[in-house]
Formats: sequence, C-alpha cells, structure tokens
Amino acid sequence: MSQTATMTGTAPATATTEPSGPRPKPFFTPKRIIIYTTLVFFSLYFLFPLYVMVVTSFKTMPEIRFGNIFALPSQVTFDAWIKAWTSACTGLTCEGLAPGFWNSVKITIPSTIISIFIAAVNGYALVNWRFKGSEVFFAILIFGSFVPYQVFLYPLVIITRELGIFGTLQAVIVVHTIFGMPLLTLIFRNYFASLPVELFKAARVDGAGFWRIFFEIMLPMSLPIFVVALILQVTGIWNDFLFGVVFAGTQNYPMTVQLNNIVNSAQGTPEYNVNMAATVLTGLVPLIIYFVSGKLFVRGVAAGAVKG
Amino acid sequence: MQQSVSIRDLSLNFGNVKVLERLNLDIAQGEFIVLLGPSGCGKSTLLNCIAGLLDVSAGQIFINGKNVTWMEPKDRGIGMVFQSYALYPQMSVEKNLSFGLRVSGMKKDEIDRRVKRASEILQIEPLLQRKPANLSGGQRQRVAIGRALVRDVDVFLFDEPLSNLDAKLRSDLRVEIKRLHQRLKNTMIYVTHDQIEALTLADRIAIMKNGVIQQLADPHTIYNKPTNLYVAGFIGSPAMNFIEGDLRDGAFVAKDGTSIPVGSYAYLNGAGSGPAVLGIRPEHIFVGEAAQGMPYQADVEIEIVEPMGSETLAWTTIAGKPVTFRCSSDIDIHAGDKMRVGFDVARGSLFDAKSENRL
Ligand SMILES: Nc1ncnc2c1ncn2[C@@H]1O[C@H](COP(=O)(O)OP(=O)(O)OP(=O)(O)O)[C@@H](O)[C@H]1O
Ligand SMILES: [Mg+2]
Repeated sequence: MSQTATMTGTAPATATTEPSGPRPKPFFTPKRIIIYTTLVFFSLYFLFPLYVMVVTSFKTMPEIRFGNIFALPSQVTFDAWIKAWTSACTGLTCEGLAPGFWNSVKITIPSTIISIFIAAVNGYALVNWRFKGSEVFFAILIFGSFVPYQVFLYPLVIITRELGIFGTLQAVIVVHTIFGMPLLTLIFRNYFASLPVELFKAARVDGAGFWRIFFEIMLPMSLPIFVVALILQVTGIWNDFLFGVVFAGTQNYPMTVQLNNIVNSAQGTPEYNVNMAATVLTGLVPLIIYFVSGKLFVRGVAAGAVKG
Repeated sequence: MQQSVSIRDLSLNFGNVKVLERLNLDIAQGEFIVLLGPSGCGKSTLLNCIAGLLDVSAGQIFINGKNVTWMEPKDRGIGMVFQSYALYPQMSVEKNLSFGLRVSGMKKDEIDRRVKRASEILQIEPLLQRKPANLSGGQRQRVAIGRALVRDVDVFLFDEPLSNLDAKLRSDLRVEIKRLHQRLKNTMIYVTHDQIEALTLADRIAIMKNGVIQQLADPHTIYNKPTNLYVAGFIGSPAMNFIEGDLRDGAFVAKDGTSIPVGSYAYLNGAGSGPAVLGIRPEHIFVGEAAQGMPYQADVEIEIVEPMGSETLAWTTIAGKPVTFRCSSDIDIHAGDKMRVGFDVARGSLFDAKSENRL
C-alpha cells in the first residue's frame, strides 16, 4: 500500500520527461525562421518604395532637392497633395486629378456592374440551361481571352466610331464589359458548376423559371464569387490605361491617363512631391476595395462553406 | 382502373450513350413502386424523365391519363425528393417549404395552412425558422419530403432519399415514409439501391439493369420467383447459391455428377432439359432434423461459421460448389462438423443456362 503511494508520488517527476499533453512547439524552428525571413524580406521589398513615395509627397521641393530621399520630412506639408488633386497640369488643363478621378468612377462603376451581371447570367445559363451549341459558345468565349488586346484595338475603334460612341464614356464602358467577359464568364461558370445540380432541379420542380432561380436561388449562394469578380474588375478597370486613352476622348480621360500626363509632363522641373502624391491617390481606390472586400470575401467563403 | 403513371416506349440518350431504351412501365393509383438496380443503370435518369427535368429522346409519359411528355416539371403534378436533400441553403425551413407555393402565386393564408399541415405530419414544426445548415441529416430529409408534401401532388418521386443517412436513421425514416404513404395514399416512385428498402417499402419492385426493367413484381415474387439469373443474384443477402449442371430425365445433374431430384419444381412452361442453373436461397437449405424428408439430402462438412446474432450462416460444399445456408443460432454448429443438410428444389429456382431465364 505504502509502496503504491510512493509510486504515484513520484509520477509527476517522470512526467516532465515523458511526452504528455500537447507537444511543445519551440518558436525558433528552421522552418519558421525561413518563412519569417522570407516574409519580412518581401514585405520590405514592396513597402520600401511606398515609404519613399509617401515621405516624399509630404516634403517641400527644396527639401527634396537636398537629396535625402529616405529621410522623414523635416516639415510635413500637404501642399503637394492639394496640388495633385486640384491644380496639377494634366495636359492642356490644370485642374489636378479630381476630374480624372470622377471619370474613373464613372467608368468603373457601370463597367463593373454590367460586366459582372452579364457574366453571371452567362455562367448560370451555360451550366444550368444548356442549349444547342452552348459548349461551342463557351469555347469561343474562352478563346477570346487568349487573343492579345492590341489585335482587337483597331477593329473596336472602328466599331465604336460606327456606333457613334467613340470618344465617350459609353465606349470605354462597352469595351471594358467586352474584355471582362471571357474570364468572368469562366469564373462564374465554374462556380455555378460546383453548386449541386439538384438544387436547380428542385427549384425547377417548384416551378421557378430562369430569372427566379437566378435571383432567388443562385445569387444568394454566390456572394464569394461576386466579391472575387468585384475585386478583379474594379482593380482591372481602375488601373486600365490603354482603353481609357484610346476610347474615352480627352474630356473623359480616366485617372491613370491624367496621372501619366502629370508625371510625364515635359515642361518645367519635375515636381516629385506632386507626382508621388498623385500616384498614391490613383492607387488608393483598388487598395481600399481590396481591404474592404477582402474581409467580405473571407466572410462569404466561411458562410458558403456550410452546404445546406 | 386508371393508371397513375404510364411510361410508353421511353428512350433516352445522352449523345451516343443509350441510357433507357423502349422502357414501358404502368403504375397504379396509390401504388408504391421501387426502382432497384446497380449504380449507373438509369434509375435517376428515369425519374428525371418522369419529373420533366430531362427531355426524352423518344416515347411518351402519362400522369393521371394526361400526356405530360412536353410539360414543364411544375405542371406535371409531381413532387421530388433528392438524395442530397437540395434544400435552398439561404432560406429558412419555412421558406424552403413555401418556395414552390410562392412561385405559383398562392394566397398567403393557403400557403400557411399547407406549410403547417406538412410540418405537423413530418414533425418539423420546431424547426421552421432554422436554416438548413443548422439541421441534422434526418431533419433535412424530412424538410425535403415536406417540400414535396406542401405541393399537394399526386405523384411523389424519391431519388435515393435515405442513402446519405446512417443506418439507424435510415431504418427510422424508412418506417416513416411507409407510414406517410399509408396516410396520404398517393403514388410513390422510389429509387434506391438498397434491397432492404426495396423489399420493405414496395408494393411492386422494378429491378433494372442497363436501362431495362428485368422484372416488375411484388417483393414476394421478386424474392421467391426471380425471373432470371440477374434478378436472382441481385436480390437477397447473402446471395442465392447457384449450381450449374444439366436437366435430364426429371433430375438435375450437377457438373460433378451429383443428381438432385427436381420432381417437385413448378416449371413456367413445362419441364425443361439441357444445361441449367439451379438456385437455392441460404434459408431454404435445412439442417439436422429439418433436413429429414427433403427430396435432396447430403452429408456435408461445415467449413466456416458466421454467427450473426439472430441466426448463423454456415459455409459448406454441395455438388462441388461452395454453398451458404442459414440456420437458427440455437443450433450448435462449428467448423469441421459433419451434418446432414437437405433442400427441396420447389423452394428454389431453375434457370436456362443459355438464356438465363427462369424455367
Ligand atoms: N448528363 C449525362 N451525360 C452523359 N451520361 C450521363 C449523364 N447522366 C447520366 N449519364 C449516364 O447514364 C447512366 C445512368 O445514370 P443514372 O444517373 O440514371 O444512374 P443511376 O441508376 O441513378 O445510378 P446511381 O445508383 O449511381 O444513382 C450512367 O451510365 C451515367 O454515366
Ligand atoms: Mg441515381
């Protein structure tokens, strides 16, 4: 009896050497060190230019000319930002980036909505309402995404001219919608194909038609893929330069084109602080979209993970 | 009597693949028909054709005497329950149940009345406000049945409704479906590849293979008088024992020369002769005293014994073929025992070896 008592008494002492409970995870394993070193390296690699841009944009020109591009501004000034937004010269006019910003908004919002809507309907029809030749239609559409943009450029100029919309916002919107179609349709088609067909069949038996099933059954299940499409389209269209410069016409140049005009203007000394501020301003929208909808995206995926 | 569902020369091809070919099936009002067959034999395809979810390649479908071949699913008077439940994930149970009714533009109070009735029958009233994700498998399947129930249809189509559930739940819901059928008395067409489900639920079973109905009959006939070798082997677990041989001079002579008397066998069209297969179910082979008086008897050595609780399964060799038989678990039986077994071919089946059809 007393023997067993001493046995149990000594047990905790041996427990420290015997594996028991969760396995200890040392913080500095070679794997972790490699992962973190790589992550830190690449973060710096990408963040450093951003740092230089931001600090430069808050400096005055004399300070910039002084040469210390890594130094923090001795005196923070918002002048460059204000000038970039309201009065920097973008070609013939000197109204800053503001008009370009609004042009970009006017281009991006309709293009994104229209292209995503059409692509979603396309994908849905291709999966659930197969029609004669739907596979061929899809193949042609996908083939479209492999043809370089430049090939389409001249024909599209002629087409938009014939339609009488060349040099207008509508032209850019139409072009963005067309070029968004292959990839977006592919994305939506694959997403809808991954949903159980029986849901669609059940809705058919319940008597719902094409649009009813689309809006009441398919769309509510598709938040994650809509967010993906949204990120793709907003960043893609906002960052577009080529279609804007070709189709929009000088009045309607998007922000990217105006940014280019500010930065590349040949007259006078380059105002680095204004250039930097203008660049950050232009990149802000995709950045915000990414941060906001990135969260939504994760939530959408988590909500969709539980199949009903 | 008016047929509830009639299928006339129905064919369906996917491109070059012929899934159903000239299939005919008549289902009476209020009948519970089970389509039973191996995976890929076209059961779901047939059901989808009846539901109107697939366009048929040829043939006609009648429901309640009306030709519905070209009609939309919703106009056919059918309700369908799917294997994966197919509940609309973003809608509450109540919305799931009422979706079809709302689509048809029914009045609110009538919808409420029907949803209430269906949820009472299926005992899902406490769940009405939940989303499908928050239901157990059994509850989901009940909601799926409810969705067909509220539509007040004449014909219910079930596509393997229980195969995603665990064994216990499956047998519970099986009874519930049977009860539901007794209460509602509408026609039910039920697809499964579980033969227990088929035998317990069906008024008649249609055994399918490669898109062709092999036999359509009540469970008793299917089990005891299978129309061909395929049906005989497909139904029954453990499977029927088969012995190949020849029919000559009123006896069945097995390959190893053993002669088995077949005088008591009821032939379909007169006594057969020539190469044949004798089939006998494990529970129709008797052992010990019960074997006395059987037309065929043999002394055999028991090779393997599998106690199953309520009964015992034993393996031995008869006429040079491995054979299983069932006996009561009260009988003390061990591997290596020598025993007398016997059976009466009247309880078994004889098939033509070439055509594989019942003799
Ligand atoms: N959309 C389709 N395109 C081409 N072939 C198909 C299609 N759907 C089914 N088939 C084929 O038709 C045959 C019958 O399929 P079906 O789904 O009816 O089988 P099943 O009897 O329901 O099988 P299971 O028990 O596995 O559900 C299979 O061989 C299948 O490969
Ligand atoms: Mg199936």
